[in-house]
Amino acid sequence: MVRRIKSISDPRISLNILSPEDVQRIHTATLDIIESVGVRFPSHKALDIWEAHGATVDRDTMIVKAPGHLIEEALKKAPPVYTLAARDPEQDLPLDGNHVYVGTDGCGVQVIDLETGELRRSRLQDVAEIARVADYVEEIAFHWTPVSAQDCPPHTRSLHEIRVIWENSTKHVQTESIYSEEEARAAVEMAAVIAGGKEELRKRPVLSIMQCTTPPLGQDGGSLEAALVAAEAGLPVGFMTMTSCASTAPATLAGNLVVGNAEVISALALIQLAHPGAPVFYAAAQTAMDLRTGGYTGGGPEDFLFGGATNVLADFYNVPLSMGSFATGAKEPNWQAGVDNSLSTLMACISMSDMLLGVGLLHGSRIWSYEQMLMDCEIFDIVYHMMKGIVVNDETLALDVIRAVGPGGNFLAQKHTKKHMRELWVPQFMDRRPYSEWEKKRDGPRDWAREKARKILATHEPEPLDPKVSAELKRIIASLEK
Amino acid sequence: MGDELFQAMAQSVIDGEVEEAQRLAREALEQGIDPLEAINKGFVVGVNYVGDQYAAGEMFLPDLVLAGEAMKAAVGVLEPELARRGTEREMLGTVVIGTIEGDIHDIGKTLVATMLSTAGFKVYDLGVDVPVPTFVEKAREVGADIVGVSALLTTTMVKQRDVVEALDDAGLRPRVKVIVGGAPVTQGWADEIGADGYSEDAIGAVALAKRLVGAE
Repeated sequence: MVRRIKSISDPRISLNILSPEDVQRIHTATLDIIESVGVRFPSHKALDIWEAHGATVDRDTMIVKAPGHLIEEALKKAPPVYTLAARDPEQDLPLDGNHVYVGTDGCGVQVIDLETGELRRSRLQDVAEIARVADYVEEIAFHWTPVSAQDCPPHTRSLHEIRVIWENSTKHVQTESIYSEEEARAAVEMAAVIAGGKEELRKRPVLSIMQCTTPPLGQDGGSLEAALVAAEAGLPVGFMTMTSCASTAPATLAGNLVVGNAEVISALALIQLAHPGAPVFYAAAQTAMDLRTGGYTGGGPEDFLFGGATNVLADFYNVPLSMGSFATGAKEPNWQAGVDNSLSTLMACISMSDMLLGVGLLHGSRIWSYEQMLMDCEIFDIVYHMMKGIVVNDETLALDVIRAVGPGGNFLAQKHTKKHMRELWVPQFMDRRPYSEWEKKRDGPRDWAREKARKILATHEPEPLDPKVSAELKRIIASLEK
Repeated sequence: MGDELFQAMAQSVIDGEVEEAQRLAREALEQGIDPLEAINKGFVVGVNYVGDQYAAGEMFLPDLVLAGEAMKAAVGVLEPELARRGTEREMLGTVVIGTIEGDIHDIGKTLVATMLSTAGFKVYDLGVDVPVPTFVEKAREVGADIVGVSALLTTTMVKQRDVVEALDDAGLRPRVKVIVGGAPVTQGWADEIGADGYSEDAIGAVALAKRLVGAE
């Protein structure tokens, strides 16, 4: 059974976080940095492309200094609107600036076992089972590789991961765990099998690829080469900066934005120089270093501000954004997780970030929790309802109903109430029971989320992948394992 | 034909259509259908359906209230004929309910009254700001099984104890059970004043009342 997808559109609330002058200053500063300081591109293929287009390339340091006009002209070739295709076209995701979609987070290394509650190393079966639950949940629009299949060979692991996601879900797959040219070629081949050929894949990219930059002001060579292969095949490609105030970026938020922006737009420009018009996206999960430990925080007011600000930059460059939200630093689903994931998601949604990453991980994207996954979906559902805003018209002002009830009555038995009550939010996991019921059971959101995940796993049957297609995917992977 | 009419009756309750429920009740009378049968095979079926849907999380409180309103309106149309035939609806019990003296909070108490009525209790709603003796007099007059006392303020809540004591003094307890409710009220308070039951919400109050009259 193919499930509907819940996404935010036609927002009625907005945010004023960066003025046009602010954005222009960040942009100008970014171009200055790319031109005068440069960005490191440790791939000879990438350096060849830069050189061919007139950038200054230092082959020893692998640092590229590109003039502002080269970056600007390259970015203009990026399509502002395109679609992330799904195995089932009903679940296609138009990235048109008027939708916010949620994905699963990635890439965790441990899982809180759904049956035993024990923390253990992640494996391929987890990827498959998480994909099956995500296929069911309507708040989830697309997949990231949620956890690492550590029981698979390292050099084909990422391919096994996307195979089992496709085998368990009809929704779009975005992988953040492919960072070599060889894996990218195999992934493209696999995606073409799913789409029904290379030309079909170009029209309907059922796979997109997300790469990380290497802050400050650097890229990863394997990631660049993988991205170039994907872009050539027409797969949407994004670059994510995770610049951290005071460690990999200046302590100031604006300075952080400049460093991260330089990384992302230089990488996107490279893709456009190599494959003009290829679909690309901006991706970001900037943060601030924890001042005590030096760690990545995964939450806090700086993260929330970056969540609100980054889509303003992506809009300036007229490309979609994949924004890091959720991904709490909390060790278990608790108060901290609720605060982190609510505020980060609210801010990223208000600015209409196209893709949100993502639900389900704790401890700074390291530990998978099904409970957190479903409770994160409820957070998104709250924001989804908030984004509808307050509609003011004759029907909603309800003067006739107010007159009919008058002072001292109640609105429960009004037809208007029955007509509109289902527009009001109804929680799945918030505890609104009478105190006595809670006192008897002493259970709560985590228990209910766990029960729901178990029930979905036990009962949900995704649209099966044709066994022939599945066998073909396995054959492609096996050819790399010889 | 009768079956279709019964189905339409149930549906009118499910949809909370008061006028439609009344119209169907009149139609039943014109067709000479036993009013008791119209209630039990028609309207009550709708009430039960709404109750089940509510329990399953598919319907909400306003659905229950509207279903109750439709049911009440239909029974109102059928009552003269019931009386003429000398038949009576079998009720689960009789409840006298009100908000205590000095307190004018209405909605919680009204909701409980509506839910009890929908569930099959005969309910006498005394309104708000009800003096203690009025509870006692009405309970005696109608032969109440349960007296429900609502209070929203800590300052008026203390008078719930007065109702319990007055019913004691009048010799009506323990036959008449006292149930208490309202935001500041807890199970501990109910125990302390010797009340027979407490519920935090209207749905729980129905279960409580049924338990007290031995209906489940």
